[in-house]
Amino acid sequence: MFAYIVRRVLLATPILLGVALVCFMLVHMSPGDPLVSVMPPDASESLRLQLVQAYGFDKPLPVQFGLWIWHAVHGDLGMSIASGRPVASEVMHAVGYSLRLALLATLIGFVMGSLFGFVGGYFQDSWLDRIASACSAFGVSVPHYWLGMLMVIIFSSQLNWLPATGGGPMGDLGWGWNWDHLKFMILPAITLSVIPTGIIARTVRAQVAETLSQEFVVGLRAKGMGEWGLFRHVVKNAAPTALAVMGLQIGYLMGGSILVETVFAWPGTGLLLNSAIFQRDLPLLQGTIWVLALFFVVLNLLVDILQTLFDPRIKRA
Amino acid sequence: MDNQDIGGPAQPLLSARQLVKHFPVKGALGKRDVVRAVDGVDFDVLKGETLGVVGESGCGKSTTARLLMQLIHHDRGELVFDARTVGGHDLPLRAYRRQVQMVFQDSYSSLNPRLTMEQSVGFGPSVHGVGKRESLERARDLLARVGLEPSRFAGRYAHELSGGQRQRVNIARALAVNPRLVILDEAVSALDKSVEAQVLNLLQDLKDSLDLTYVFISHDLHVVRYVSDRILVMYLGEVVEVGPAEALFESAGHPYTQALLTSMPSMDPANRTLVSPLSGDPPSPIAPPSGCRFHTRCPHAEPVCGQRAPRLTPVAAGHLAACLMVEAGAGHSRSPAVALRLQEV
Amino acid sequence: MNLAFIRSAPPSATPIESSPGYWQSVFSRLRRDPVAWLVGTVILALVLMAILGPHILPGDPFTTSMFKRLKPVGTAGFPLGTDELGRDLLSRLMLGARLSLFMGITPVILAFFIGGSIGIVAGYAGGWVNSLIMRTIDVFYAFPSVLLAVAFSGALGAGVDNALISLTLVFVPQVARIAESVTTQVRNRDYIEAARASGASAFTIIRTQVLGNVLGPIFVFTTGLISVSMILASGLSFLGLGVSPPEPEWGLMLNTLRTAIYTQPLVSALPGAMIFITSISFNILADRMRVAMATRS
Repeated sequence: MFAYIVRRVLLATPILLGVALVCFMLVHMSPGDPLVSVMPPDASESLRLQLVQAYGFDKPLPVQFGLWIWHAVHGDLGMSIASGRPVASEVMHAVGYSLRLALLATLIGFVMGSLFGFVGGYFQDSWLDRIASACSAFGVSVPHYWLGMLMVIIFSSQLNWLPATGGGPMGDLGWGWNWDHLKFMILPAITLSVIPTGIIARTVRAQVAETLSQEFVVGLRAKGMGEWGLFRHVVKNAAPTALAVMGLQIGYLMGGSILVETVFAWPGTGLLLNSAIFQRDLPLLQGTIWVLALFFVVLNLLVDILQTLFDPRIKRA
Repeated sequence: MDNQDIGGPAQPLLSARQLVKHFPVKGALGKRDVVRAVDGVDFDVLKGETLGVVGESGCGKSTTARLLMQLIHHDRGELVFDARTVGGHDLPLRAYRRQVQMVFQDSYSSLNPRLTMEQSVGFGPSVHGVGKRESLERARDLLARVGLEPSRFAGRYAHELSGGQRQRVNIARALAVNPRLVILDEAVSALDKSVEAQVLNLLQDLKDSLDLTYVFISHDLHVVRYVSDRILVMYLGEVVEVGPAEALFESAGHPYTQALLTSMPSMDPANRTLVSPLSGDPPSPIAPPSGCRFHTRCPHAEPVCGQRAPRLTPVAAGHLAACLMVEAGAGHSRSPAVALRLQEV
Repeated sequence: MNLAFIRSAPPSATPIESSPGYWQSVFSRLRRDPVAWLVGTVILALVLMAILGPHILPGDPFTTSMFKRLKPVGTAGFPLGTDELGRDLLSRLMLGARLSLFMGITPVILAFFIGGSIGIVAGYAGGWVNSLIMRTIDVFYAFPSVLLAVAFSGALGAGVDNALISLTLVFVPQVARIAESVTTQVRNRDYIEAARASGASAFTIIRTQVLGNVLGPIFVFTTGLISVSMILASGLSFLGLGVSPPEPEWGLMLNTLRTAIYTQPLVSALPGAMIFITSISFNILADRMRVAMATRS
């Protein structure tokens, strides 16, 4: 068991290295001058040289990569070209927002998805099942950025119940767990939650249907076990996979939140990515992608290990 | 390169010389264990005979079959087909494959679910250059020969046929390239008894009319006795006895063979088998016992058996056993003092 | 090479009874599926709209007019209203099908061939070749798709070509994984061993024995990817990383109409509705195909 954990962690290391490499390559293969956003167009050659040296763009690529990895491991992700602030602090601030959003969205998705999944699995092939399946199909086929717009139209513009954009009241740079702040999170979270809803609903339905169709269920019913007891059984069987999917969805939503965050101007990593791309702020872009990917890999690892611990059916070599 | 007789009747068709095949096994955290599936196997297959191969599960029969087909490659040793080394200059692998074919145990998974029966049977010839139309014609002819009416079966798919019918298709497929040797790896084991009898008769007819040689692998001793001219007994990756079928059944030389024969359920109610002579499971092929591998389960075992590995020794003409009890001067209380003098047959 | 054989009986004169092949059975099942017909028709309509494009437009998708900005649905001459620059929305939506479908479907087709080949080779080869290929794929799998698409696009720059490349790069690992998984399963079957025993080369075996068995699952998976690809491709344009104005594309239109959600909510939501309809149609189609393939005859 412990050996398995160690082996998984060791296996993840070359992947992390590969991920870092891809991050680095992504950003450095982009055409155009990385400094174009900070330099005035008529800058002198010597100023340009100074800036290039200051950011280290003159060194050969493998050296730049090595330096970047070294600094990254120590928590230093360089300086943002556009804002001048350390990348690490900008990213961490944004991560907080995105994480809150992702967690809430996943929670909603888990609850709704489990509901649809159970209904679908218990009442297989009935009209309830078809409705539940339609809802989950909807969840994975709807362009969530469009859904976000629809939500804004209905709940902000027409009904005026919730604010349309922003991460908090005007001028407030911090976060507070109060209604003033939370009301900004509701629409984006619901919008984002359709994805995990769809996926978890499908997973749970498959698990429930599979468990109910197994022969030991007939045996249990013959022994006189009531529906509640059976229900607990089904939950126990479906829970590990559903929880695992939920865990992975958190990572997915963290990394993939850019579209929703753009619609709602939610100050998370997605919005940061957006501005980094358009301002061609390479250090910021690199740092953000790296943190998001790192988060995803570590999360995957955790889910994998937890799954092995809690689900005795899974035998890993 | 024709499928013609080269060495003459005295030349064994196929000679396996000291074949060794080990499989690595992943131990916990890097420990490298090895499954010694086939550990120095040595035998001949004579032209025109049916050589039966028997043994318990895990004795290496199937691995040996695959080595003979060269579906897996041996670690050490040599394979000689009609006096030419397989894979060597005179007999490249592709040419060898036309001379030796195999029929597998699972009739369903041996057939590609997406191909019709005539396509499956015609695949072999098409690989070796026969044109598509002629391959299909030959396939239909072979289907007829194995007792499957081509107009009814040629255009069908595997899931539409019964087990016995599928196995006939597999036999037809094996024959499609005109091989000289056919290896039957538990080919009838999965069939119902009545169907099994039909297929065995078919195999016998084909052998006679097409001048084939068979290696018949099975765990069913009744069947093996019925079809084989000679029998090879394997235990834990080694050959422990080989000899003419009747001689083996009447006076087996190796205690393992004796045990196998005694454990066959008897058909005679007056002569019931009450106690199984073989106790326990065979030891693991990862760490086989020292010396004679059978000594842990042998009723005649003595200390020397754990120290000295026996070699195949003649006990009668053409009949050999690997046991210290028949090996001259081996140190066992029952070892003969002098080796048996046999006339070269 | 003497492979002559002696006929044991005269060639049979009766015709061969043949059973329907695998794909024939799948299609006949699909043909009897009403849901498949429904979504198939929708997709066909969209594809026709994309192909016939400029020839069937009711109005002009490019003429701007500051007076006719943001007219509502049902305005005379503009059945679906106008956009923020006064252009006929219906025509733009219809012409937009071209680019949107192209950007959604092309990466998937490319990924099918590229990823499929990689996966099949990795699955058949096994051993260290397989490990090397799949570990590399795993690195790309470590990124959520949206992130990878945006990152690639952001790095390469805006534009249709770059968006296509970036989307293809996102989908290749996914297709490769499925292809490898199915191929590995097939590789271990007895009939492949029998094929090897016939002396066929690896390439011949893959072509004649393996492909027929793996293309089905890979194809269904890829069809399911189209729905994701539509959303992602339009999403890239929505972010400004794909198509540039004034070309009509549904995602881009959604972006430029965002400011209009307060004044003309219905009009501004229409491009998204198109993306949704296309995406869900492909999703349902892929689902029906999966059902048709899973049923044993």
